[in-house]
Amino acid sequence: MQHRVSLFVPCFVDQLVPEVAVDTVKILRRVGYQVDFPEAQTCCGQPAFNTGYWDDARPCAEKFLRVFKHADAVVCPSGSCTTMVRSFYPELLSSSPLQGDAVALGRRTFELSEFLVKVAGVTDVGATFPHTVTYHASCHGLRELQLRDEPLQLLRKVNGLKLIEMSRFDECCGFGGTFATKFESISVAMGDSKAENVAATGAEFVTAIDSSCLLHLQGILGKRNGQARTIHLASILAQEKT
Amino acid sequence: MSATAAQRFLQDAAVKSADLVHREIILHGLESYDAAVLRGRARFKDWEAARQRCQEIKREAINHLDRYLLQFEERVIAHSGHVFWAANGEEACSYIKNLASRHGVRTVVKSKSMVTEEIHLSPALEKAGIKVWETDLGEFIVQLRNEPPYHIVTPAMHLNRGQISELFREKLGEDIHGDDPAELVAAARRNLRRAFFAAEMGISGANFLVADSGLIALSTNEGNGRLCTSLPRIHVAVTGIEKVIPRLEDLAYLWPVLATSGTGQPITTYSTLIGGPRKPGEPDGPEEFHVVLVDNGRSKLLADAEQREVLHCIRCGACLNICPVFRHIGGHSYGTTYQGPIGSVLTPHLRGLSDFQHLSYASSLCGACTSVCPVKIDLHHHLLHNRRNAARAGTTKFSERIMFRVWRYIILHPQIYALTGWLARRTLRLFYGLGLAGSVVDPMRVWNRRRSAVPLPSESFRTRWRKGLATN
Repeated sequence: MQHRVSLFVPCFVDQLVPEVAVDTVKILRRVGYQVDFPEAQTCCGQPAFNTGYWDDARPCAEKFLRVFKHADAVVCPSGSCTTMVRSFYPELLSSSPLQGDAVALGRRTFELSEFLVKVAGVTDVGATFPHTVTYHASCHGLRELQLRDEPLQLLRKVNGLKLIEMSRFDECCGFGGTFATKFESISVAMGDSKAENVAATGAEFVTAIDSSCLLHLQGILGKRNGQARTIHLASILAQEKT
Repeated sequence: MSATAAQRFLQDAAVKSADLVHREIILHGLESYDAAVLRGRARFKDWEAARQRCQEIKREAINHLDRYLLQFEERVIAHSGHVFWAANGEEACSYIKNLASRHGVRTVVKSKSMVTEEIHLSPALEKAGIKVWETDLGEFIVQLRNEPPYHIVTPAMHLNRGQISELFREKLGEDIHGDDPAELVAAARRNLRRAFFAAEMGISGANFLVADSGLIALSTNEGNGRLCTSLPRIHVAVTGIEKVIPRLEDLAYLWPVLATSGTGQPITTYSTLIGGPRKPGEPDGPEEFHVVLVDNGRSKLLADAEQREVLHCIRCGACLNICPVFRHIGGHSYGTTYQGPIGSVLTPHLRGLSDFQHLSYASSLCGACTSVCPVKIDLHHHLLHNRRNAARAGTTKFSERIMFRVWRYIILHPQIYALTGWLARRTLRLFYGLGLAGSVVDPMRVWNRRRSAVPLPSESFRTRWRKGLATN
């Protein structure tokens, strides 16, 4: 029997960069999984949670638990939203009868690169991407999920891809959810520093496991002409030889 | 008040984060710090185990603060020292002021102490006609500039040698050409020596209060701490109640871990233990020794089981140095005694959540601070807890509260969510097609004005799923 996974598509991926989720489906199918997308899903509740509105985030978490109740494994192309489910749901639901369910679902929910390397046991997904790429380690993936090497293992196996390490690759890009708009100037300054470090590598692309960081960074890079473009890890891994 | 502290922060942070000269000075300074800390940590057989041990020591101390503080007091009194318990800054300042006037003190020399900054001791003494000299080089420099310390460990981090040279020429009348560090230090020393010999009172902080032996432990690098605590007739150590540790041997962990996190040194140049005034027959040391234990909101924080561990802080500055927000806005923008992540967590407890909640929001929650904290304070999650407390206390913006209620309704109804998304993308596409992205009529203005516009695809993922991707 073929293994089944349920896809968890973050709301901003669904609305703003749907190709990242399309690419995630492609990769998962290519490595032999049947993919299911529960259409009742919306948002994990992180925007409210991170802004302090835990009472508004809680029903979103409860809804999420209901939607994915029967999933064998949940795969998400975002370290940040995976963190919300695995690390923060148990705290958010600490006085709810659903806390046990939250802990259990957290254990079955995986960020894409984590799922491929640790669960599926694949590092070579058969991708070809003949370009120079630098990697930005998104904070939630790196420090909450401890995903230090998984994305790099996948990138190293991509045909034709040349990986260039950037200075301070693990420093925040400045997105930070509502931080990006509440403290626009700080966020943009942090993004500028990141863009400098990206530019110093001379790479054509900067990649990460989170579209949120990349949307912010693309916004910054877009204002500085002739520099690297952003691309989600899934979109690199989905590329096949043409 | 609430609006002013937050508004001032926004303004100052905007100015500093765009100041490329400032950024260059800070990033350059931190580059050598980063390298030194990496070398420092590598000297430990197991840095993580050392952090763990320090966390355990501080946790034990804070969880039994009542017992260890009383033990400390008892031992200090047994060494003929005096202990004063100050509930707040005012009480601490007036105790020291009275002590000074009782002894006819005209000049005070200070070694570095953030608690004295917190309680505004120097202005209080100066108002009473007492001349106060900061003797830590960095503190001396910012005092000459009439500025608060920029950073809890390196107060003059924001200045380069040229600026300091100019300051010394202007304020001290020193005939300095160029910016040779040796010449600058010599100039400061000439001025400070006069102060050391004139002062009747020396004021220091304390890095640790050792309960089982009644000693205060000082970590300094310039030797000024030893002069402040041994030359003047009276020595006053001002410190927060959270600085107590159970045992003398705990310093075997805390001293090297503090030095490594603070500067990358194996141990600070001068590690001093002070246990009371000069005893009969001893050739030197102060005649009187006073310890002022400052609460100033700390016991209230102790009562908060969730955030109590914030009192573990040993003020090493590592969380500031790694913080990308601090690196871009600098120390002064915070408008607080304690800057960076620890300041953003602590200040709402010391000075009120409603006035300082903005600092808990001024973070991308990247967690870099937590990853380096030598006593493993869960700093970025406490910022999150402060945000939750602010929302719960109802001190956040009314419009934001309404916005999240509406957002919640949308998120809980998938069809309304899909429709809202579709409508928003369509409307914005129309707008941006007219070149209005980032303009005043753009609802996404704050995102779009300094970033290129967000992509607005015609179809969401769920639409594409339904249109065939599901069965492919």
